[in-house]
Amino acid sequence: MADRPLPAVSHLKIPDEGDPYLEGSRCGVCGATFLGARHNCSKCGARGKMQTVQLSNKGELYSYCIVHRSFPGIDVPYVSAIVDLEGGGTVKGNLIDVEPDPAKIDFGMPVDVVYDDALGRKDADGNSYLSYFFKPRTQ
Amino acid sequence: MADAYVVGVDMIKFGRFPEKSVPQLGSEAALLALDDCGLTIHDMQALYCGNLGQASGMVGQRILQEIGQTGIPVVNVANACATGATAFREAWASVKADLYDVVLAVGVEQMGRGLLGGGGGSRGISKEGLLGSGTMPSVFAEAGMEHTRQYGTTFEQFAKVSVKNHHHSTMNAKAMYQIETPLETVMNAEMISYPNTKLMCSVNVDGSAAAVIASERKARELGLMDRAIKVRASVLTSDPWQERDLVMPDVNTCTRKAAAAAYEMAGVGPDDIDLIELHDCFATAEILHYENLGLCEDGEAGRLIDDGEVALGGRIPVNVSGGLLSKGHPLGATGIANIYEVSTHLRGAAGQRQVEGARIGLTHVIGLGSACGIHILEKAA
Ligand SMILES: [Zn+2]
Repeated sequence: MADRPLPAVSHLKIPDEGDPYLEGSRCGVCGATFLGARHNCSKCGARGKMQTVQLSNKGELYSYCIVHRSFPGIDVPYVSAIVDLEGGGTVKGNLIDVEPDPAKIDFGMPVDVVYDDALGRKDADGNSYLSYFFKPRTQ
Repeated sequence: MADAYVVGVDMIKFGRFPEKSVPQLGSEAALLALDDCGLTIHDMQALYCGNLGQASGMVGQRILQEIGQTGIPVVNVANACATGATAFREAWASVKADLYDVVLAVGVEQMGRGLLGGGGGSRGISKEGLLGSGTMPSVFAEAGMEHTRQYGTTFEQFAKVSVKNHHHSTMNAKAMYQIETPLETVMNAEMISYPNTKLMCSVNVDGSAAAVIASERKARELGLMDRAIKVRASVLTSDPWQERDLVMPDVNTCTRKAAAAAYEMAGVGPDDIDLIELHDCFATAEILHYENLGLCEDGEAGRLIDDGEVALGGRIPVNVSGGLLSKGHPLGATGIANIYEVSTHLRGAAGQRQVEGARIGLTHVIGLGSACGIHILEKAA
């Protein structure tokens, strides 16, 4: 068992020093942004021109839905959100600290990417995980 | 290249048949389609079989083990919810290419119940409910909400799609359901992923559909032209790169690309189409495809459903079979079942739900991942 939480997805990076962040790749030819590491660009087909970039923790809500029925053991309702990050990259995750009510959720609302324990979920070996969430930006 | 024609086509009544095997279900539709044109398995020169659930299980060969092992080539196809349309297109292409004169395409699926998608706990921990939702109702809810963001489309407008399609299926004995669902019933049904309630999600059913495709020469030789349906366009696309595709499957761009290519291949435009069977896997999806298929300008889809233009009797009836929402959605069969529906109208044989004077029809399916298949069909002259 690891002595500290593992990342919930491979593009979430947990440095030895400093704060966790999301990592992406940007094509040096066309500028397309992808999540995680990759070699080639599926937008323009460029080969070997990817640069590793740290994605922003600021973004805005692009689209969402409110999940009322899920698999057993998953707390509902919750907001499944698609967030466009400043400077490129789109990520999906739970929008927290909002009422799960369409009247209370605005398209384009600014959100911060925050990092926290993965809702207590552990793998078969008992490892804990760190995940990311979206929170409405207050100021 | 000479034209290819659907000469025989049929489907079984969709339902739940846990006591039957996938090849048994497929063979039922195959025999119905053969009977529809008075041919036998001995006349078929190849079989194209679409099935998703047993994609590595040689379903086509096992269908022949049910109805006649004649030694013909069999191609098994899997392409998500575009599986049936892809099998049909491969069959069509083989005739267009003059490889064969007459071939059989079958689509078949046996479904479990419950939510599709969102599983995939390969390593580590489950991401469902942690990094948003990957279930199909959620993915299509998010796609619908993108339309709400752009054009203000309402929950009520999405719900009206289900009211319409459930109404249509009351006239279709082969649909899973024949039940009217008024607007309040649809909107007050169990919410699955807002804005899709349970009645706005397609029904998981078992089903099969099949088509016999022949060259013009063969169709004439067999005396089958009087009921033949000409395939005026067959198009398959995959999803071009979009900036949000990694987290938000894009069903719009691949449909628009396929529609443009299909209209060009057929030499017709949206105004020439008399009926459409499109991929209403969720009520939200149908709204998007009105615009994707060019039935109206972008942003007008909500008005189209409000004004009844897409209902039977309207300007361009959509999903008069009941659609996936009410007829049911056996993944691998869907793309051939919608060809059966349009063909039946073009033959003037759709009974109570007949689109009067239908001359040209369009079928559309989307497989997430993504694949879009469009066919444009016309009654043979
Ligand atoms: Zn590129």
